[in-house]
Amino acid sequence: MRLILDIALTHIVGRGRQTFVAVIGVAVGVGFSIAMAALMQGGQDDFVEQLIDTMPHVQITDERRTSKRQPAEDRFAAAQISGLRPPDDRRGIINPTAAMAWLDAWLPGHYSASLRTQGVVRYVGREAGASIVGVDPETERAVSPIVGDFVAGSFTALGAGGNNIVMGDRMADKLGARLGDTVSAVSSTGLSRAFRIVGLFHTGTTARDEGEAYILLKNAQILSERANAINDIRVKLDDPFSSPPIARRIEAELGYKAVAWQEASEGIMEAFVVRNVIMYTVVAAIMLVAGFGIFNIVSTITHEKARDIAIMKSLGFSQNDMQRMFVIEGLAIGGAGSALGWALGFALTTALASVRFELDAGGQEITNLPIAWSALHYAIASVFALGSAAVAGYLPARRAARLNPVDIIRGAS
Amino acid sequence: MSALIEADRLTRILPETVPVTLVKDVSLSIDPGEFVAITGPSGSGKSSLLYLLGLLDLPTSGRLSVDGRDCGDMDEAARARLRLDKMGFVFQFHFLLPEFSARDNIAIPMRKLGRLSRGEINDRAEALLASLGLEDHVHKKPFQLSGGQRQRVAVARSLANDPALLLADEPTGSLDSKSSEQVFSILQALVREQGKTVLVVTHDMEMAGRMDRRIHLVDGMLADAEATD
Repeated sequence: MRLILDIALTHIVGRGRQTFVAVIGVAVGVGFSIAMAALMQGGQDDFVEQLIDTMPHVQITDERRTSKRQPAEDRFAAAQISGLRPPDDRRGIINPTAAMAWLDAWLPGHYSASLRTQGVVRYVGREAGASIVGVDPETERAVSPIVGDFVAGSFTALGAGGNNIVMGDRMADKLGARLGDTVSAVSSTGLSRAFRIVGLFHTGTTARDEGEAYILLKNAQILSERANAINDIRVKLDDPFSSPPIARRIEAELGYKAVAWQEASEGIMEAFVVRNVIMYTVVAAIMLVAGFGIFNIVSTITHEKARDIAIMKSLGFSQNDMQRMFVIEGLAIGGAGSALGWALGFALTTALASVRFELDAGGQEITNLPIAWSALHYAIASVFALGSAAVAGYLPARRAARLNPVDIIRGAS
Repeated sequence: MSALIEADRLTRILPETVPVTLVKDVSLSIDPGEFVAITGPSGSGKSSLLYLLGLLDLPTSGRLSVDGRDCGDMDEAARARLRLDKMGFVFQFHFLLPEFSARDNIAIPMRKLGRLSRGEINDRAEALLASLGLEDHVHKKPFQLSGGQRQRVAVARSLANDPALLLADEPTGSLDSKSSEQVFSILQALVREQGKTVLVVTHDMEMAGRMDRRIHLVDGMLADAEATD
């Protein structure tokens, strides 16, 4: 094997310029593939991280995926009921205390129960439609990133006594209200209460900053006239990626719709899959082009070395030896290109990671391109490169191995 | 003494549009230690017969055994192994690998066989070169050698694995008379001093006359076979 390797290396070193061009072709392919994968994976990871941070990992609401079985269906085999309308006013999660006790017993993470209701917030003649969320500030801080988004006041001030409210800064701007002002919140049932603004948050999501307000859970239950009711349980898990089975377990036990963050973002996740397929297709195409360079050089070598092939066969080299020799030549070029491509890929990725740009989204923020550093990108690019090199070497190698030495010796003579 | 080579009605036909018969119904036997010339006019099938006997080409029909082994059932790898182990080839042109030095060219068959260590291989290659008067050219590449020197390196390479059988196809065909005589003397010494079996395809009837036996071909068929001593 060492001998075959020596001869193979002698061949490709003997064609220095052509070998160099083929190696550079592979290196550029591998390098750009690595940089592209790092950028795309980085963007995806960044996005998923934001999703995981901002969304509950599992959200349990008082909806059901399928309508409840009606008593008539249980009583009569022939009964079939369709076109049922859900009640306009959902009653919330029935027996929330038992549900939360069950979650406490096994859930690997934290949860927060809340009552979400629609209403209007008014201030000196102005009003804004709002999703008013009644929460327990202590449990909410474990599941919601909003605690860190405050631009004035704080989330904990909600529980400081009295009727307090925190709202998005854009809602406050719309109302013309400031921290410490008292606004009135009106529920969909028409009940009105006065609340003092103790905090303003800015999440960067306009819909939330313009249309979301938090009050104490008790106050929300009073405002919506639903004593002790909750209609939303948001869960943060220790391992966000374990959400789907946990959501299924919750839904099976409680009967309420439990949506994992992956399901809630299904469209985005599918888009990522499509994007990855496109990316790896492009990588394969780049490597295919690089493979043509390798095919070209190995093919040229086998053509030029036909006489050597014949003489080596006369010396006792077999067809397999010859085939192995030229495949090694292809792989050596692919391997050298891969190694150089790793360095190029690392340099390009480092350069991309150092690109800084300013984003103006409510406040000035300087940020970097999201980059994922992963050995897998290097491995995948090399697998593509070596695979392409092996095929590119194999085709001319097979032809060379089958050469009849007598034909060549006669021709040379 | 059992024959080193036994051929029975060997025939080689090229499957062209009009089939070309290169060798037809050749039966012969070569004993160990024989120095045999294969002669005949151009196109008579001398080289084709040598390639068949050397397992470089396959007969269309007939049987061949080398060193007591029937070659008809051998696959390509087994034939290659037998060539590596038992045979050495010398061609009209040296066919040395141009990227390798004289010593490394000789080392290639030994490395392929894998019986000796790297140091032993180098020692043997240098000894072979010295025995052929090339001790000063060990590290030279083929392009740095004269035609006669290259052919002597080719002879040394054919002897690398100490083969029982040496097959030479017009080994002096591209050499001047002095170099031709040198190469012939080397081949002769291999038979006389080392007991090798040497088959030489040659046009040179004077050279053929100095060998033990002459196999004469006409139109691919044996015309006669005569002992010359």
